[in-house]
Amino acid sequence: MTAPKLYKTTAVVLRQRKLGEADKILTLFTPNLGKLDAVAKGVRRPKSKLAGHVEPLTYTTFLIAKGRELDVVTQAQALEAFLPLREELERTSRAFYVAELVDRLTPERQESFPVFRLLLETLQRLATGSRLDIALRFFEMRLLETLGYRPQLEECVVCGKPLEAVANNWSVESGGVVCPACARNLPMSQTISLNALKMMRLLQKGSYTDCSRVKTAPALETELERHLRQYLFYTLERDVRSTRFLDTLRRSGAAFKSANGQG
Amino acid sequence: MSESLPSTAMPVSRLIEEFSKLPGVGPKSAQRLTYYLLRASQEDAQALAQAILEVKEKIILCSVCQNITDSDPCAICNNDQRDRWIICVVEEPLDILALERTGSYRGMYHVLHGVISPMDGIGPDDLKVRELLARLKSDEVREVIMATNPNLEGEATSMYLTRLITPLGLKVTRLARGLPMGADLEYADNVTLARALEGRQEV
Repeated sequence: MTAPKLYKTTAVVLRQRKLGEADKILTLFTPNLGKLDAVAKGVRRPKSKLAGHVEPLTYTTFLIAKGRELDVVTQAQALEAFLPLREELERTSRAFYVAELVDRLTPERQESFPVFRLLLETLQRLATGSRLDIALRFFEMRLLETLGYRPQLEECVVCGKPLEAVANNWSVESGGVVCPACARNLPMSQTISLNALKMMRLLQKGSYTDCSRVKTAPALETELERHLRQYLFYTLERDVRSTRFLDTLRRSGAAFKSANGQG
Repeated sequence: MSESLPSTAMPVSRLIEEFSKLPGVGPKSAQRLTYYLLRASQEDAQALAQAILEVKEKIILCSVCQNITDSDPCAICNNDQRDRWIICVVEEPLDILALERTGSYRGMYHVLHGVISPMDGIGPDDLKVRELLARLKSDEVREVIMATNPNLEGEATSMYLTRLITPLGLKVTRLARGLPMGADLEYADNVTLARALEGRQEV
C-alpha cells in the first residue's frame, strides 16, 4: 500500500536510533501502515519542540513527508505519554520488553491493526494496571497468535488425541502441548502443570479481564513465563534482549528485599 | 561511497576512506581534508598523526570517576578544593564538560559510559555501576545526583541506580526536569509539562 507524499498517522514509538549530530531515526508502529521508520530532525538539540513528543513508548499523532530514502517527521503531537510507565521501574522494564517483541517479530510496512491494538492496550495495562506479568503473558500469547505462531493447547500436537487432565508436556519444537506418551520421544520438552495449561488456554481464548481476575500463585506465574519465553526464543531464533534487564531487576529486587528484612 | 577512481593513488583513496569513517564526515568532506593534507607541510601532517596516536595511547579512564583523563586520578578527583560528599552521576564524559561550564557545581562526578537500554542489550553490568557502588562505601559521600538524560533510557537508569543506592542510606537526588529556557508552553509535551508543574518552586 503506497502512501501519498505527505501523510498523517498515529503511532506508538517503539525505539529511537541516533543519526548524525542532531537527528534520530524513529521506529514507529502504526494502525494502518504497520512498522515503519522515519527521521525526527533536530530532536537531540536542547530547544527541540519535537523531542518530548517522539520519546519511545509514546502514542503520538504524526505528519510525515515521504523522503527518497527515509520518511521525515514534519509534525508530531503526543496523544498519550503513559507517564506511569516512565516513573516505575517495574512498568518501564516490561514496556521495553513489549516494544522489543513488536519490533523483532513484525516485518516492515506490513499492516496489522490487531498488533497495533494489542500493543496500545498492553502499554495501557502496564501503565495503569496491577497484574503486570499477566498483561505480559496475554500480550505474548496474542502476539504469537496474530503472527501465525499459535501454540496448540487442546490436543496433543503429535498424535492428535485430546489432552487429559494431567501434567502434560510443553514442546516448543512441536508447536504446543504434547501428551506424556508422545513426550517420551521429545527430550527437549518440559513438563507443563495442569494449572499452567488451563491458564494458557484462558490467555489464548479468554478476555484480558477474565485473565486478570484469576489468582495466580508466584510459582504458576514463573512457570508460565518460562514456557512462553522458551516458545518465543524458539520462534525468534534468538534471545529477546530486554529479558536480561527483567531478570536483573528480579535478582536485585530479591536482594533489595532481603537487605531490608523483607521477603 | 568512497570508490577509488582509477586515477586516484592508493594512499589518497585510503586516507579519504579513513576520514569518511569519522562521524559527520561525508565523502566530500573526506576528500577536502585529504587534499588539504596533501598540500600541507610534512610537519603539520606529522603533528596530526602524532596527536591521533597519543589520544589513543595516553588517554585512560580515571580509576575513581571513570572520566577520560591522561593522569590517574583525573584533575577533578585530585582537586581537594572540591566537595567530596556529593557525586554527580552522568552518562558520558562530555556531560561533565557541560556541567562544569555552569561553574556552579563543586562536587565530584561519576561517568557510567552509557545508559541502560534493554532493547539494545545494554544492562547495568555493561556500565560503570560496580565502580560507583564501590565509591559509595566510603563514609564521606552523603548525596548522589542522578544527571542522566531526561529521556526514557536515562530515566530507567536513574530509577535503577536510585533503587540500588537508597538502601545505603545516602540521599539520592535527580536533576530538575521541565521546561528548557526559551521553550514555548504551547509546544511542550505532556510529560515535560507534568514534571514542570510538579517541580514548581516558590518565588
